[in-house]
Amino acid sequence: MIKVTHLSKIYKMDGVQTVALSDINFEIDKGEYVAIMGPSGSGKSTLMHMLGALDTPTSGKYILDGQEVGNLSDDELAEIRNKKIGFVFQAFNLLPRTSALKNVILPLSYASYPKENREKRATELLTMVGLGDRLHHNSNQLSGGQQQRVAIARALAMDPALLLADEPTGNLATSQSEEIMTIFSDLNKKGHTIIMITHEPLIAKFAKRIITVRDGKIIKDEKNGKHLKIKV
Amino acid sequence: MDFFELLAESLNALTLNKMRTALATLGIVIGIGAVIALISLGQAGQKAVQSQIESLGSNLLTVMPGAATTGGVRGAAGGDTTLTYDDAKAISTSPEITAISNVSPELSRRAQVTAGRNNSNTQVVGVIPSYAAVRNVTMSAGTFITSNNVDSEEKVAVLGPQVVSDLFGDGADPVGQSIRINKQAFRIVGITVSKGGTGFLNQDDIVFVPLTTAQNQLFGVDYVSTISLAAKSADVMTEAENQVVYLLLSRHKIKDPANADFRIFSQADVLGAASQVTGTFSALLSGIAAISLLVGGIGIMNIMLVTVTERTREIGLRKALGAKKKTVIAQFLAESIILTFVGGVIGMILGAGLSLVISHFISLPFTLSFSAIVLAIGVSAGIGIVFGLYPARKAADLSPIEALRYE
Repeated sequence: MIKVTHLSKIYKMDGVQTVALSDINFEIDKGEYVAIMGPSGSGKSTLMHMLGALDTPTSGKYILDGQEVGNLSDDELAEIRNKKIGFVFQAFNLLPRTSALKNVILPLSYASYPKENREKRATELLTMVGLGDRLHHNSNQLSGGQQQRVAIARALAMDPALLLADEPTGNLATSQSEEIMTIFSDLNKKGHTIIMITHEPLIAKFAKRIITVRDGKIIKDEKNGKHLKIKV
Repeated sequence: MDFFELLAESLNALTLNKMRTALATLGIVIGIGAVIALISLGQAGQKAVQSQIESLGSNLLTVMPGAATTGGVRGAAGGDTTLTYDDAKAISTSPEITAISNVSPELSRRAQVTAGRNNSNTQVVGVIPSYAAVRNVTMSAGTFITSNNVDSEEKVAVLGPQVVSDLFGDGADPVGQSIRINKQAFRIVGITVSKGGTGFLNQDDIVFVPLTTAQNQLFGVDYVSTISLAAKSADVMTEAENQVVYLLLSRHKIKDPANADFRIFSQADVLGAASQVTGTFSALLSGIAAISLLVGGIGIMNIMLVTVTERTREIGLRKALGAKKKTVIAQFLAESIILTFVGGVIGMILGAGLSLVISHFISLPFTLSFSAIVLAIGVSAGIGIVFGLYPARKAADLSPIEALRYE
């Protein structure tokens, strides 16, 4: 479902070139649960931005759900982010002073999802992540773990092909981290494709496949404990 | 997102941070209110000056004595004593004078006026009945000075409303009572209607007595200080002036007009000076308007730049969730329009209220300048929208990741 070939990203700042990713190749099938690991500065965040259509690569191809993403316009990328990708951020990034329900409705309204069904859809998703009794709580009245669950419900709103999580437990206490990881595992069992960026090996172990990145290159790719051959 | 969803989203965003919205609105309210109040007050002042000058009388010519020349030294204009009541009578009876409808000789002095324990230093003017027609005097009580009063040198007086309130208190009706002018008793026969004006222009702080009484009993002089003439119409002002000059020159036995011992001022001269005054006023107003627009505009610009730049992260999030650039920009445009519209309406009410209250306290006529409203709201809305949209556009141009990382 995801196919990345010869993907490179080079940043130019004040005339100095920084190679963030060089010649990345991998494929991810539908229903996989992948953790991308690496120390800070390894390029894993840049890779996540490419996969999330938040940024465009300098060269190479990225095909998501049958669609080439590399050379799309700003508006087309917005549409991809809206319909095919669900984001879960480390800092939750909910709209402040806004109810859980309205936060989940936001991507639906950008997609022109039928108005009469929006509230129902958002209520279902919030109930699924265990917040059925907190629909009208404002984001600042919720705990960190609850906020992240609202963010997961929001990410799932448009039933995206890919769920992309960037250090989803980075701002959470251990007990809440486990809650969130349980939700991800459940979602994966229901068939959702998940890619999670993390630098914590304990969290990465929840995934079924771990891709390790260092200095802009993939150095290890393990699936259920078995090493896969790294494509070049 | 359709139009109504966008509007709902904008309203929702505005209610999210009530403090921020209130401050932005306040900035716009103050900017617009200040401009409207300042311009309206300025125009009220301009109107007041104009109407006071107009109330001095229309088609008016004023004959003043020339400067007294003593041993070759020329004194101030009007200081001489060459005009007499007989000159005035000659102007009104001469068959050569065809363009004048009313002649009003006047002798004007300041004098101490007392009533009971109250006293006031005021303008005492000796007049004949035609004064009322020439100077547009109307009575609020009693009658003006009559021909009989003048012919028999009666000690009667007509009071301006300011003198009435100074001597008898506000709203008193002292007709029939008496006052003392320079220690001589005068019976009050009438009170004039207020004409407004302040300071030297105060036409209400005045006492009228018969001209003959003023000359012979009060001040002991045989001349008059001015002769006011009403021309038959504004078209014959020049003709009237020439006729009077000719008559007075021959009466005063002066051959060369350059040596005339009198001068004639027409209302046109006064209006010319007045239009210079109002011209200066307009320039002053434009300056005030420009400065207040600038100050208000900078205030609005600052508050919009700060409040929208603060929301760069929110814009990044909205884009990450699938908002297109034009949707984000449309939302901030709608927010800016709502803010400037609400702020504009409140500012307009505040500005109008302020100028109403202030013009009441400094007794100016209340005017609400339509052009000030259009100017203030137009400029402020323009600035509010431009500087609300500019940072939003900048944030929407960033990639969602850069915007989300914005500190």
